[in-house]
Amino acid sequence: MVEINDILETISMIDNQHLDIRTVTMGISLFDCVSEDTGRLCDNIYDKITRLAGNLVKTGEDISRQYGIPIIHKRVSVTPISLVARNMDPDSMVKIAKTLDRAANTCGINFIGGYSALVHKGMTSGELNLIESIPQALAETQNVCSSVNVATTKSGINLDSIALMGNIIKKTAYLTREEGSIGCAKLVVFANVPEDNPFMAGAFHGVGEGDCAINVGVSGPGVVSHALKKAPNANITEIADIIKKTAFKITRMGQLVAAQASQRLNVPFGIVDLSLAPTPAIGDSVAHILEEMGLEKCGTHGTTACLALLNDAVKKGGAMASSHVGGLSGAFIPVSEDAGMIDAAKCSTLTIDKLEAMTAVCSVGLDMIAIPGDTPASTISAIIADEISIGVINNKTTAVRLIPAYGKKVGDEVSFGGLLGSAPVMPVHNESSEKFISRGGRIPAPQNALRN
Amino acid sequence: MRLVITVVGKDRIGIVSDIASICKDLNVNIMDITQKVFDDMFAMVMLAQMTDTSAPFEEIEDKLDKCGQKAGLKIHTMHEDIFNSMHKI
Repeated sequence: MVEINDILETISMIDNQHLDIRTVTMGISLFDCVSEDTGRLCDNIYDKITRLAGNLVKTGEDISRQYGIPIIHKRVSVTPISLVARNMDPDSMVKIAKTLDRAANTCGINFIGGYSALVHKGMTSGELNLIESIPQALAETQNVCSSVNVATTKSGINLDSIALMGNIIKKTAYLTREEGSIGCAKLVVFANVPEDNPFMAGAFHGVGEGDCAINVGVSGPGVVSHALKKAPNANITEIADIIKKTAFKITRMGQLVAAQASQRLNVPFGIVDLSLAPTPAIGDSVAHILEEMGLEKCGTHGTTACLALLNDAVKKGGAMASSHVGGLSGAFIPVSEDAGMIDAAKCSTLTIDKLEAMTAVCSVGLDMIAIPGDTPASTISAIIADEISIGVINNKTTAVRLIPAYGKKVGDEVSFGGLLGSAPVMPVHNESSEKFISRGGRIPAPQNALRN
Repeated sequence: MRLVITVVGKDRIGIVSDIASICKDLNVNIMDITQKVFDDMFAMVMLAQMTDTSAPFEEIEDKLDKCGQKAGLKIHTMHEDIFNSMHKI
């Protein structure tokens, strides 16, 4: 029998420290749904998603009950729609978005990802149509998430698509202005996007994937924070060890749930994403882990070093606990979804510039940051270009999910509700980047892409 | 399948008996019990085996949960594998 202390530790993690499985995400390939006729394509997509994911929510709830582990989200990711609806016009693309939304409602899931385009090197007319339809698609649906990959280490940075995305984000903010520009919370711009990420809003089912897969994202900032609290005088090597051991336990739970979900749904197990995903709940914050390590406030000097240690230790602990690791795998730092980040941003200790530095050592990027509604599109594009460059040069995934909250200015607050939380509007630099962004073209792939 | 039933709450006469009789009524075999009383706090971990004739898991969990709510005890009923996977390599 397992030691009584271990049993009580697990129960305390779940009851008091917010340990949960953040998401069980079913990836579904839509390649076999392709049709020249929009109506037929939509029917095929709806039928396939509801057929495969019809039992996803119930299965998740059954596992959750039997093992006593909360599974917060059950979600679906699909093949990037730009690849399925290659030549369709923007109106047809929106119809597909509405079909995804309807399928999500039928399955009882809260988000479906894959309204996406991969334009890191160039852009087909279909991909352009999809990107141009994003604001309307996000404004007219509830559950659909969208992502656009604008760069890879292998191919360089597509500045044309970054320039376009600045405008798309602004337009999305405007069309969803009644709800705090929430559409932008469902739109991510990526570099080196992974094909098996279970986390929204950036999840899609990649082209190298099979017909269907189960990917699981774990969580547990509260558990790590609690473990560190018990060792107030530990040196930094001991801190790294504590985090590794904790991450191992968290990930083993994720692996168990992934294996169970895969078996019960008769769908291959894809990956476990070794993540520390915060929620706005008190005690479930990545920022508080960093503060537990000895920082007065997240964002002050030393933050990047603490985050680097945290991110690395999470991976080291988690890697041994799962048979397949993938997705984004690392500590997330979404400002609006993390009580400690919100506090630090409100008192200006945490700035966008510091967040950018932090993203060089963690997963994933400038995430859920509200900026003034009147920020020029070219400034948004330049912020994206900076962040994406970090990913390209360092061979890692980076992403940008900014919310230029319509009508809001620095010091205001935007509330999205639920796990998306609320964000203080943070200042950006006022000096223009217009000329740089308007140059267009591609930033060549870096030297470190030439590895063959 | 094997269940781990944990019970925590204020000590009183008959806690073990209450849980044991629910297990008996639902045809669940008790395999091991570890319990302690700290001051007046009672903590027990019970390992139980479900068989073909046992009631469904949902019913077992439900009955134990209701018993806990009625008696002011915190009762968790969980598949043993969650602990094995987290604490054993």
